[in-house]
Amino acid sequence: MKMEQFNDRNVADNGYFLVDIEDYPTDSWGKFKRVVKRSFKGELFVGLWVVMREMLRFDIHTVKYPQEKMPIGPRYRAVHEMKRLWESDTERCIGCGLCEKICISDCIRMDTKIDENSRKEVSEYTINLGRCIFCGYCAEVCPELAITHGGEYENASEQREHFVDYDYMLTPIDTMKAKAQKEFEGFGAITPHEDERVKKTPLSY
Amino acid sequence: MDTAYLIETIIKVVAILLIFSALAGIGTYFERKILAFMQRRLGPMYVGPYGLLQVAADGIKLFTKEDIIPTNVVGPIFRLAPVITAATAFMAAAAIPFFPQFTIFGYTVHPIVADINIGILYILGVMAVGLFGPLLGGMASANKFALLSAARTAAVFISYEVVSGLSILAPIMMVGSLSLIDFNNYQTGGISHWIIWTQPVAFVLFWISAFAETGRTPFHLIANDHEIIDGFGTEYSGMRWGLFFIGEYANMFFISFVIPLIFLGGYGDGSLLGALGLIGKVAFFFFFFLWTRAAWPDVRPDQLMWLCWKVLMPLAVINVVITALVMMF
Ligand code: SF4
Ligand code: SF4
Repeated sequence: MKMEQFNDRNVADNGYFLVDIEDYPTDSWGKFKRVVKRSFKGELFVGLWVVMREMLRFDIHTVKYPQEKMPIGPRYRAVHEMKRLWESDTERCIGCGLCEKICISDCIRMDTKIDENSRKEVSEYTINLGRCIFCGYCAEVCPELAITHGGEYENASEQREHFVDYDYMLTPIDTMKAKAQKEFEGFGAITPHEDERVKKTPLSY
Repeated sequence: MDTAYLIETIIKVVAILLIFSALAGIGTYFERKILAFMQRRLGPMYVGPYGLLQVAADGIKLFTKEDIIPTNVVGPIFRLAPVITAATAFMAAAAIPFFPQFTIFGYTVHPIVADINIGILYILGVMAVGLFGPLLGGMASANKFALLSAARTAAVFISYEVVSGLSILAPIMMVGSLSLIDFNNYQTGGISHWIIWTQPVAFVLFWISAFAETGRTPFHLIANDHEIIDGFGTEYSGMRWGLFFIGEYANMFFISFVIPLIFLGGYGDGSLLGALGLIGKVAFFFFFFLWTRAAWPDVRPDQLMWLCWKVLMPLAVINVVITALVMMF
């Protein structure tokens, strides 16, 4: 499928036309004729045929959810993750506090201190998910790509606050050792192979 | 009345009750599956193989739910209404010959509970009484959706009875009997003897009014979910609601038996092939109920009335007159 027909915004000369709709009948003879025409045109059987065709074709679109899962789009903003540095496996967060500042619902709270090597160290970092609106600003503003959104949508808890804590958000050290940490592609990322999957809305029944 | 006859009748009654209660349950399974396939879904899949035990799960759910009688309802009528629907559906089955008679252990069984000579009149009458279930249930409930549904029931009730009665009058005149067994025997000569060839208009009219009387799409306005919630069923829960449900599906099965018996030769000459043929016809009509539900939109109540009084009823009357003229000369 070519992309031109989707990118071309000039719809007027692109095959659009006014649908030819008959005037509604005003007198009773006209109404009677319309009833007869509709009764014997067999439109009801078109409907029957369409659903029967779909049944025989058996082109089932159901995803059997717990066993099968759809891949989640890279832009999806689920509960946060904290990434580690590829080079040294340490936390990426430098404690700059930008995420805390930008968060519109004031749900990030952090504390920093100067450690024994005179470097800034994050001593406390919490996200109150009960307030978080998953706007994604924190991930966007982070200069180190440390705080990101993950793709985990199967959370269950008595309270939203308990979905994750800092240790859970942080990429496990084993995953890091196995070089299996996934980067967040983030804003404007395009779902893989999206171009091929674009289809026209099927209106041609 | 001898004892053997009594025992036989009781066995038949119990068999019909059990088989058709079960069929009503399995009917919901078929409905879900077929509607799902027509909409490119899979339908129930998790309870049992291919979701077959979904019926059992639903049954357990309905039976064990708390029996709620809401405040402000008219208690006794509210309790009675679902029973009317379910009971009349099964009472109508008494006059339906489900199979040709057969001999087992040297004993001839007639698979009909009571071969009364006014069978059709009885079935139509009892099925019409069944509409009192939605009517009373809706009026006894204390909300406007149920009331609207009751009003619609009354409207369907008085109009489509007329159509079904008049449309069936012409075949009755031809056969000269009201017993479904006589109808069947009238058509034993094979496909060319079926009444549908001589009475196609009556067949279509009766079929249409069967949709109205069972309350199925496109005439699903008695309990039209997207307009009036569940209509008369809005305040019902648990097994009382389940009785309405069983009644509706049993009705669908029985009317699917009646249409082939009257118009399509029934079980034919009474051989095994004929019996299987009847099952096939019943299956088709039941399937058609589900098929239209997937394909067709619902009509508005005023359109339903318009269709009944201005189109179907005149057609039925003309059909009766023409049949009478043809029979006279
Ligand atoms: S997603 Fe938005 S609301 Fe949630 S922590 Fe980040 S900035 Fe705050
Ligand atoms: S913006 Fe990033 S680096 Fe800065 S404190 Fe937040 S998570 Fe750490």
